[in-house]
Amino acid sequence: MDVLTVEKLNVSFRTDEGLKHAVRDVSFTLKNEKLAIVGESGSGKSTVGKAILKLNPSSSIVTADKLQFKDCNILTCNDRQIRSIRGQHISMIMQDPKFSLNPVMTVGDQISEALRVHQKITRHEAKKAAIKMLHEVSISDPEYVYGQYPHEISGGMGQRVMIAMMVIPEPDIIIADEPTSALDVSVQQDVLNILNELVERKNISLIFVSHDLNLVKKFCDRVLVMYGGKVVESIKANALSNATHPYTRGLMESLPSLKHRRDVLPVLSRDQQWLA
Amino acid sequence: MIRSRWLGAAKKLGVIFITLFGLLTMTFVIGRLMPIDPVLAVVGPDADSSTYEQVFLQMGLDRPIWVQYFYYLQDMLSGDFGYAILTGSPVVNDIIRVLPATIELASVAIIFGVGLGVPLGVYAATHRGRLGDHLTRIITLFGYSTPVFWVGMVGLIIFYAWLNWAGAAGRIGFAYDGMFVSYTGFYLIDTLLSGNIDAFISALRHIALPALILGLNSVSFLGRMTRSFMLEQLSQEYVKTARVKGLSERSVIWKHAFKNILVQLLTIVALAYGGLLEGAVLIETVFAWPGFGQYLTDSLLMGDMNAVMASVLFIGLVFVFLNLLSDVLYKLFDPRTK
Repeated sequence: MDVLTVEKLNVSFRTDEGLKHAVRDVSFTLKNEKLAIVGESGSGKSTVGKAILKLNPSSSIVTADKLQFKDCNILTCNDRQIRSIRGQHISMIMQDPKFSLNPVMTVGDQISEALRVHQKITRHEAKKAAIKMLHEVSISDPEYVYGQYPHEISGGMGQRVMIAMMVIPEPDIIIADEPTSALDVSVQQDVLNILNELVERKNISLIFVSHDLNLVKKFCDRVLVMYGGKVVESIKANALSNATHPYTRGLMESLPSLKHRRDVLPVLSRDQQWLA
Repeated sequence: MIRSRWLGAAKKLGVIFITLFGLLTMTFVIGRLMPIDPVLAVVGPDADSSTYEQVFLQMGLDRPIWVQYFYYLQDMLSGDFGYAILTGSPVVNDIIRVLPATIELASVAIIFGVGLGVPLGVYAATHRGRLGDHLTRIITLFGYSTPVFWVGMVGLIIFYAWLNWAGAAGRIGFAYDGMFVSYTGFYLIDTLLSGNIDAFISALRHIALPALILGLNSVSFLGRMTRSFMLEQLSQEYVKTARVKGLSERSVIWKHAFKNILVQLLTIVALAYGGLLEGAVLIETVFAWPGFGQYLTDSLLMGDMNAVMASVLFIGLVFVFLNLLSDVLYKLFDPRTK
C-alpha cells in the first residue's frame, strides 16, 4: 500500500535575484520500504523532505499535483492538521545533533516532549517510555543520560537521542536528512544499524536523504537520483550498478574502489538536457 | 574542575577590585575637574577671605594633588564619605534615606519595561518583516532616542494638566503624607500594609506617570534586544526539530526559543535596571520625586562635592554589583556553564 504519494512536486524560492526553482516535477510513491534520495549538494533532495512536512521557509512556493499521505492531502492541510501529522505520523531526523537538540533542555525532556505533544499521558509515563526508548537506541545508562544536556553527550549519542525522539511517537514515515554526515566515520555504522533495526521492527517507512552512494546501496531498497531539482532516475538499490542514466552512471563510476586498481577517477559530466 | 572554579572566582574578584579602583579614581578626577569651588559651597558667597583661606586649608586643598588623592582613597576605603552641606548629616545616611524612593520608581519602571518590552520583542521577531515588526521597530527607535525629561514634561502636560489622571509632584498626595506606617520605605507596599487603600491609590497615581516614562526607555531597549536575540534563536536547527515534533508555534517560541535567550535577557535586564538609576536623575527632577536622582542634582547645583562624589561612586557600585549579579545568574541558569 502506498503510504505517501508525491506527484509533480515543485518548490521554488523567492530571492533577491528572482524565483529560484529548487525542485522540479518530482514524483514518487513510498510504500513500506526504505527509499533513498541521493544527489549532490543543491540538487534539492533535502527540500523534497522538508516539503513533505511543510517545513520550508515562508519565502518558498510549494505546488504539486498531489501530495498525499494516506488519505490526507498535505497541500491543503491547515496549521493544526499539519501539526498532528508532524511527529505522530511523519517525523524527521536532522543532520547534526550539535545544532538540532535544544541546548537548554535535558535530553530526556526533549524525548518525552515528542510523546507528550500527541498523547495524553502523565509526565511519569512519558519519562518511563523515554527511558525505554533510550535503551532501545543502545544507550547504556538511560536513567543517567535522561537528565543530561546535549552538550554533555557525544555526537554519536546525540544522534541516537535524535532517533529516539523521532521514533518514540511511532510514526509511519521517518525522513532522515543526512543523519550520519556530521558523525565520525567510526560511529556512522552504529547509528545506521540502530536506525535500520528500529524502522524494520516498528514497520516504519524511511526516506533516506544522502549523498553517499555506497551507503545507500547497502542500506536502502530503492533509490531516487536527483540532479538540478529533478529526479533523473528511480532504480532498485541492488540494481544501481546497472543504472542506465548517464548521471547515475557517472556517479557510480566516480566512486573509488578498494578492490580494483583505478587510474584517474572520471569527472562527473553534466548535461543541461537532463533538466529539460 | 573545582580548582578552576576557585581560580575563576579569584579572577572575578580581581576584576571587581580593579574596576572599583578605577571607579574611585575616575570619581576623584571628575571631582577635581568640575568647575565648582568646593570651598565656596561651604562658606557661602558672602564669606571674607580669611574664612575662605581657613576652610581651604581645613579641606586640605593646599596639599599636592597626589596627597589629596591618597587621603581621598583612605577616606573612601574606610567608608568615610564626609558630611553633606545641604543636610548636615553624613552622606551615607542621606543616600540610605533617599534610596527607597528611587528603587521603588526604578522597580515599577523595570517591571513595565520587561512586561511590555520582552513580549514586544518576541512579537516583532516572530512577525519579522511584517507590519507589526516595522511598527515595533519604529516605536522602539523613538522610545530609545527621545530624551526622558522631554517625554516627562510632555507627559505632565497631557496626563496631569489636561486629563488630570496622574498625580502631581512628589510620591503621594499631601493629605496622605505620614498617614501610614513606614515599614519598607516603598510607599506602594507601606500603604497596603497599613491598610490605607486611599493612600495606596494616591501613591499609585503619583508613581504611574514617572515610572512609565522612565520605563519607556527600557521597553525600547529590551524590546530591540529581545527581537534580535529571538531572531538568532529562531533560525537555529533545534527550532526546526521542535516543529518536526508537532509542537504548536507557541510552544516552539516560548518553550524552546525563548528559554534559550533567558540568560542573555537577564544580563541586559540587569543593565537596564542600572540605566534606570541614571535616568532617575532626570525624571526625578521633572516630577519632583524626592529620591536619589534629585538628591544628586541638588547636591551638584549646590556644589556639595562630598554628596556628589559619594553619589557618583554609588551609581558605579550599583553597576558593578548588577554585573556581578548577572554573572552569577548566568552560572545558575545556563546548563552549559556548569
